[in-house]
Amino acid sequence: MYRLRLLAVRHARGLEWLYQRLERTMIRLDPLFARIGYDRMERPVAFVERAAKSLLFDCKMCGQCVLSSTGMSCPMNCPKELRNGPCGGVREGGFCEVKPDMRCVWILAWDGAGRMRGDDRIREVLPPVDHRLKGSSAWLRISREKAGALRQCQDAGRTTLAHAFPKAREIEPATAPLADEPQRATHAP
Amino acid sequence: MSELPGDHIRPYEEPPPGMSSGSRLERALRAGKFAVTAELNPPDSADPGDVFEAARPLSEVCDAINATDASGANCHMSSIGICALLTRAGYGTIYQISCRDRNRIAIQGDVLGAAAMGVRNVLCLTGDGTGVGDQPGAKPVFDFDSLTLLRTIRTMRDDGVFLSGRPITRRPHMFLGAAENPCVPPYELRADRLAKKIDAGAEFIQTNYIFDLPRFERFMARVRDLGLDQRVYILAGVGPLASAKAARWMRAHVPGIHIPNEVIDRLDRASRPAEEGTTLCIELMQRIREIPGVAGIHVMAYRREHQVSEIVLRSGVRGGGRIG
Repeated sequence: MYRLRLLAVRHARGLEWLYQRLERTMIRLDPLFARIGYDRMERPVAFVERAAKSLLFDCKMCGQCVLSSTGMSCPMNCPKELRNGPCGGVREGGFCEVKPDMRCVWILAWDGAGRMRGDDRIREVLPPVDHRLKGSSAWLRISREKAGALRQCQDAGRTTLAHAFPKAREIEPATAPLADEPQRATHAP
Repeated sequence: MSELPGDHIRPYEEPPPGMSSGSRLERALRAGKFAVTAELNPPDSADPGDVFEAARPLSEVCDAINATDASGANCHMSSIGICALLTRAGYGTIYQISCRDRNRIAIQGDVLGAAAMGVRNVLCLTGDGTGVGDQPGAKPVFDFDSLTLLRTIRTMRDDGVFLSGRPITRRPHMFLGAAENPCVPPYELRADRLAKKIDAGAEFIQTNYIFDLPRFERFMARVRDLGLDQRVYILAGVGPLASAKAARWMRAHVPGIHIPNEVIDRLDRASRPAEEGTTLCIELMQRIREIPGVAGIHVMAYRREHQVSEIVLRSGVRGGGRIG
């Protein structure tokens, strides 16, 4: 919902607080998740995540959520799906080049970021989206990444991407994940 | 090393120490010279003769020629094809890559291909949306954005690997460029985004058209406050307007172009609008030349390429040192 999305940006600070609490809880629950099995957790958590975030952010379930670095404005609503916007086509008044009736997702992002404690995170270069992870739970991915930061997988491809975007790996680990992915969390794009 | 087969294909050389690619443009900028680049109007033709004809009026006054990559989402001869032809004929070229039409697999391969053909400058762009072009039904790709594209090519060049981690035996030596549009919203954040582009790997910047000098001056003031003019070479984009009607059309139809009403009024009042447009462009260039932190000019004379050399020579901006 477009209106709720605008509202989310205005309340970016509150949502940031909420997200930090959620993240801490998820990390604390990591041993439990690991015992149940992240693979078994994947579908139910993704279902809840999709419902909540679709309503609030028009979430597209890219699986690599960066809301905390984009002022609570989901970059996947940008018609060019820019992860480091805005582009050079923004119209007078701050409207989108491609959808002239929509406020530029990235102008909202910089606005929201200014309201947040971590307002510098928007200055970091974020990696391209891994399209295999579409539809999977970013919440589980973040808790997995943060809890198991030392568990590096052997996948050379992911290691290079994480190395090329080191700061993004630190602040938004789901964008450059290293931990092994459970089977249900990935699919071919 | 022996000469390779084919015309003018030289063995692959390493850049001089301290340089990313050692291109003519990079050498000029690093030497502190005020540089000039110009945009080539890509032909709708398969004849190499058309490319050389389009390049001729630009080459005598430029350090490098930009070959656009389907700008405005309109089909033309490809940037990589034009760069390959011109580079082999001894011209300095800037290979433009837009993220709209190709995914990461195609782009990384093309970067190696371009480097092999002697291309040494690359301009990383997001690209206009497909909707404004001649084939609005095309699928917009946008697998990368301009920043992830910059970081990827930098990784290929400096670390010698693809983004997948697979090693590259001979690295693509490219001088990395990006665009910035100081005259469209969010004005106050454009310099901050420029900083992000520098972090991603940009070494030179070519701006979109500047018609609103006060707005550009405010942008440059912020750039200097952040110290960005010390970290990147900024080439300001200019171009001659043919008439008030053409200016209005551009403003309404080409994404990212801001033309103030005063400029359009001035063309409206002129008895010879085309000459007035040229004079206006030359005046802008001379005033931009005086702004501290500007390292060069990028001329985009859409459909008026024949005028580029006159504009550059009359303005007197070329050569000499940069200010600030």
